[in-house]
Amino acid sequence: MGRTLAEKVWDDHVVRRAEGEPDLLYIDLHLLHEVTSPQAFDGLRKSGRTVRRLDLTIATEDHNTPTLDIDKPIADPVSRAQLETLRKNCAEFGVRLHPLGDVEQGVVHVVGPQLGLTQPGTTVVCGDSHTSTHGAFGALAFGIGTSQVEHVLATQTLPLARPKTMAITVEGELPDGVTAKDLILAIIAKIGTGGGQGYILEYRGSAIEKLSMEARMTICNMSIEAGARAGMIAPDETTFAYLKGRPHAPEGADWDAAVAYWKTLRTDEDAVFDAEVVIDAAELSPFVTWGTNPGQGAPLSANVPDPASYEDASERFAAEKALEYMGLEAGQPLRSIEVDTVFVGSCTNGRIEDLRAAADLLRGRKVADGVRMLVVPGSARVGLQAVSEGLDVVFKEAGAEWRHAGCSMCLGMNPDQLAPGERSASTSNRNFEGRQGKGGRTHLVSPQVAAATAVLGHLASPADLTDAPAPAGV
Amino acid sequence: MEAFTTHTGRAVPLRRSNVDTDQIIPAHWLKKVTRDGFEDGLFEAWRKDPEFVLNRPERQGATVLVAGPDFGTGSSREHAVWALQNYGFKAVISSRFADIFRGNSLKNGLLTVVLEQRTVDALWELTEQDSTAEVTVDLEAREVRAAGVTASFELDENSRWRLLNGLDDISITLQNEADIAVYEAERPAHKPRTLQA
Repeated sequence: MGRTLAEKVWDDHVVRRAEGEPDLLYIDLHLLHEVTSPQAFDGLRKSGRTVRRLDLTIATEDHNTPTLDIDKPIADPVSRAQLETLRKNCAEFGVRLHPLGDVEQGVVHVVGPQLGLTQPGTTVVCGDSHTSTHGAFGALAFGIGTSQVEHVLATQTLPLARPKTMAITVEGELPDGVTAKDLILAIIAKIGTGGGQGYILEYRGSAIEKLSMEARMTICNMSIEAGARAGMIAPDETTFAYLKGRPHAPEGADWDAAVAYWKTLRTDEDAVFDAEVVIDAAELSPFVTWGTNPGQGAPLSANVPDPASYEDASERFAAEKALEYMGLEAGQPLRSIEVDTVFVGSCTNGRIEDLRAAADLLRGRKVADGVRMLVVPGSARVGLQAVSEGLDVVFKEAGAEWRHAGCSMCLGMNPDQLAPGERSASTSNRNFEGRQGKGGRTHLVSPQVAAATAVLGHLASPADLTDAPAPAGV
Repeated sequence: MEAFTTHTGRAVPLRRSNVDTDQIIPAHWLKKVTRDGFEDGLFEAWRKDPEFVLNRPERQGATVLVAGPDFGTGSSREHAVWALQNYGFKAVISSRFADIFRGNSLKNGLLTVVLEQRTVDALWELTEQDSTAEVTVDLEAREVRAAGVTASFELDENSRWRLLNGLDDISITLQNEADIAVYEAERPAHKPRTLQA
């Protein structure tokens, strides 16, 4: 019987397989950041172990880093201590590090792909649940805990039970103005936050094949919000074209050998998935969340749901709690929800195409009075690219704040936070209670919806922008 | 890791689904660089409410958390497990756990027990009516027992063996170091490297 993409990559990494034991899987790339690594390095020190493969390990700083005044000492002493701990650990053990201020610094899941380190058919891990992002290249990529970080540092392997596989097939054309973010939010709303639990997802079908690499990363990034540790997309010419010429992409004969291998990484015709979900792309529209988990979402044209409409008692109770926390009324049109803050950035939507999409809508327009808009590139390189295209000027002229790279307001470990009761439209990945700041309220949106919302002051799609933008330079 | 064989203690009924790891331990606690001292951060936002179940005097000293479905969703932060353990929890019962959280908990000796929702409902009712009711989580027998409730649970044999013996994963893996070296010798040249050769 044929095998799925996930099964092929899994099988190619089995170091040891024995009856009654989990498979011992080899890890091709280990990404580190400051938050989930200190206790792992401590563990190595205590047991007198070293990093087995420094040449498969790379670190950057992202969660704690400020996005303003990055040339000054970090104000929060606890954040500063955590970054200094990473620097000390990397120096002691010999790990390559891109610290704040370095041109390759940025959100770890933006940095890996842009360096060309994330490649088809590799296994990629990081102490961060959004490691699923790298699955866009046909890599098997998943988040791990700190004990596993230590395990990979010491052994370059992980003992793991093989998950089941689920196909998410999206056929047809995404309508104009509907993005990868809308698609993944709709998928999560359909299968639920636990729907992918125990599975590796494979996104496939004509709508997925048409997506750019960056859009594919947005999709795979949020696999974890559907409960799946990993999501994958089969590599194709789009993947190869993205990788060609990147700093760590193979060259010459290695490139040819790599591409030949990568082309084998497709689910066989006769392979069988353990579960399958089919989505019609043409039926989708801009999608936003109204609740406090990423599965509580609806088309922007809909109203806030009535908890009484849920048959399941636990879902009904969760919806009641969510509306209470979010300060929303059942039946209220989603478009009527006014925001104080708009955040464009994160490992979900902080890449150059996301910034271009937001800038295109803001060009010649102004952010509404009383709305604060933060634009945070996913990496220092993305920031430089945006500046070279003049996007920073577009954002600043529109009244948005242009910042330095990092995780920023996605989780508010740095000073970029919502105040209690403040409401955001955010291109990030989690709308959990307090995620963006204590008492903050989050609506997950695409970059396009974020930009339109910033201009109008309430949740809105680009189609709602009926004004003519002012000519350039005004 | 501390071994887990069997544990009996009072329970905290937490009638919430989708308890994400941001609720279990908010992000600002993640700046710590140790594995201890997270107990005050556990459910920090909810504990501001004096009526929150964990704040009730009759729940002090309870060691078994009985939660709704999809417990531990979201971030991979192992700090969520440390916070539950630092607070004093030995086991968490739910009808469904997020994968990464479950993996993290079993690596630290916090037993996560999957039971059907109707058994969880029964445990909620029992422990809400009688806060002194004890719940036994028996890993040797793979069974949860309380007044009027006896339910067996699944856990793969390998995880169970590691927990019962409190074994360190890294040492087990390094016993197969030769297999790792053989695999490494055969890796293709086109695989990415972070350092120049």
